[in-house]
Amino acid sequence: MTILRGRVHRFDPNDNINTDYIISGRYKFKIDDIRKLAEHVMEDIDPDFASRIEKGDIIVAGRNFGCGSSREQAPRALKAAGVSVIIAESFARIFYRSAFNIGLPLLTCETGWVRSGDLIEVDLSKGEIRRGSTGTVMSTSRIPQVMQILLSDGGLTSHIMKHNGFSLETDKME
Amino acid sequence: MAKTMAEKILSAKARKDVRAGEIVEAEVDYVMVNDITAPAAFDEFEGFCTPPLEKKMVLIPDHYVPNKDVASAIQAKKMRDFASKYKIRNYFEIGSGGVCHQLMIEKGFVAPGRLIVGADSHTCSYGAMGAFATGIGSTEAATVFARGVLWFKVPESMKFEVNGQLGRHVSGKDIILTIIGDIGVEGALYQSMEVVGDTISALPVSERVTISNMGIEAGAKACIIPPDAKVDDYLKGRVRDTYEKVYADKDAEYSDIRKYDAKDIVPVVAKPFLPSNVAPASEVGVTIDQAYLGSCTNGRIEDLRVAAAILKGKKVHEGVRMIVVPASKDVFDKAMEEGLFKIFSDAGAFISGPTCGACLGGYMGVLAPGERCVSTTNRNFIGRMGHMESEVYLAGPAVVAASAVAGRIVDPSEVTG
Repeated sequence: MTILRGRVHRFDPNDNINTDYIISGRYKFKIDDIRKLAEHVMEDIDPDFASRIEKGDIIVAGRNFGCGSSREQAPRALKAAGVSVIIAESFARIFYRSAFNIGLPLLTCETGWVRSGDLIEVDLSKGEIRRGSTGTVMSTSRIPQVMQILLSDGGLTSHIMKHNGFSLETDKME
Repeated sequence: MAKTMAEKILSAKARKDVRAGEIVEAEVDYVMVNDITAPAAFDEFEGFCTPPLEKKMVLIPDHYVPNKDVASAIQAKKMRDFASKYKIRNYFEIGSGGVCHQLMIEKGFVAPGRLIVGADSHTCSYGAMGAFATGIGSTEAATVFARGVLWFKVPESMKFEVNGQLGRHVSGKDIILTIIGDIGVEGALYQSMEVVGDTISALPVSERVTISNMGIEAGAKACIIPPDAKVDDYLKGRVRDTYEKVYADKDAEYSDIRKYDAKDIVPVVAKPFLPSNVAPASEVGVTIDQAYLGSCTNGRIEDLRVAAAILKGKKVHEGVRMIVVPASKDVFDKAMEEGLFKIFSDAGAFISGPTCGACLGGYMGVLAPGERCVSTTNRNFIGRMGHMESEVYLAGPAVVAASAVAGRIVDPSEVTG
């Protein structure tokens, strides 16, 4: 897997950023055009975010990121807005699965040391984050093998097409 | 090996002996999508170039129907067109349908021991019938349309034991809000909750659904209640196919066991902006602009009866709008037959047909800046029911009805005496 470089965006609140904050229920019915949806991403907690974000940027948050509804538009809109990876202390489970299913990687680690605006480098396969200015390195939890397989196959649909079904080598799973 | 309910159901559906932590590919009994999550699932599904497994699929428009505007009309039409193109029998049009989770239960798709997934986070509601049910994304729903299977990580389980007799005006909503207040909004993250005890056995099925419905608000993957004769009775004449009740083994392993005494549970409210921000209703006291009775959480006939008993012969407080939304056509018809609509209408409440509507800030009761709503729904996040500066207080039907009369959030006994 590649090394991702990008600028960090953090939000207030830091914990429990739910799918309504990621993409408001007001826009749920505009799902046809994910790029249009991406223009409203994070609008309710950071109105300028969509205009500020650049391709490859990284979201860093606290606990329980992506809680709330099962709307897959949440990870899709973040990806369409240019987010390359999200790093949080924990993720809500439906968001966690959906993100990998659509090819958006997530990493889990302690995040108090990363600030908005930091330039960081993320090595997905090693599970390492490096902060540009100080060179601080933090290890993250390893991406579970099943998620690595989905990610390297380009998401769930491509995985199924490629293997004509699931091929998650379940016997070798932890 | 002793197993939890989650381990048992997933073992049966994976056709091998599995336990918490293992990844399995399991046969899904039913997959449900609604008008918000279906279009993305349809797009993904077309990529598989395979006929859909029609019998497993349930399509229920509920979030923005009757159509709110042109955009939602186009979205709902997509669902109708897909159902017609692939001859999906289990499609429920307005007039015969309602809120997806209520319908899944009412129409007999849900039964003990089943594995059901739905592209809506409150799919965990079906745990109340002894099923393993969990919310998924649209891409996963498409996969199930095409393959009938999905991968699962067998979750660890937490046990919640509630024993003793509940006090007056205390309901399933107060039990689950009390639990969420105790463990927090990620207290059961990635886990399956098992809610047991003689208090739970004494509850009607409808209040058990309220409990399982809100498992997701504690982060849970599933929220399962052991099925009993009440569940069998409920399913008589409505369940599709046969089913087998599944129970946890006595020595099953739990990551945590928490015990609650029913007499310590009081009518509560979850204050803004998290479902875990729980306080006794008697201590809240804030004035309200709106009272909302409905949703997959508390829009059943039993909920409407509780509210009607409090509102009978009384008036909704001046300056308060009360909105009553039965969760399905069946609930609507029953409420009409039982004369509940007359009670609500005489009290000055507004009654609507079934829809998710204002619960998610969609329409039919959206809040203006600075407004406050006491609601039987499930989420009170910032802006959930409208403007970012509006507030949602979550409660059971008794607190909502009593607060509508009082004009501020109160313990129901303040109104009923």
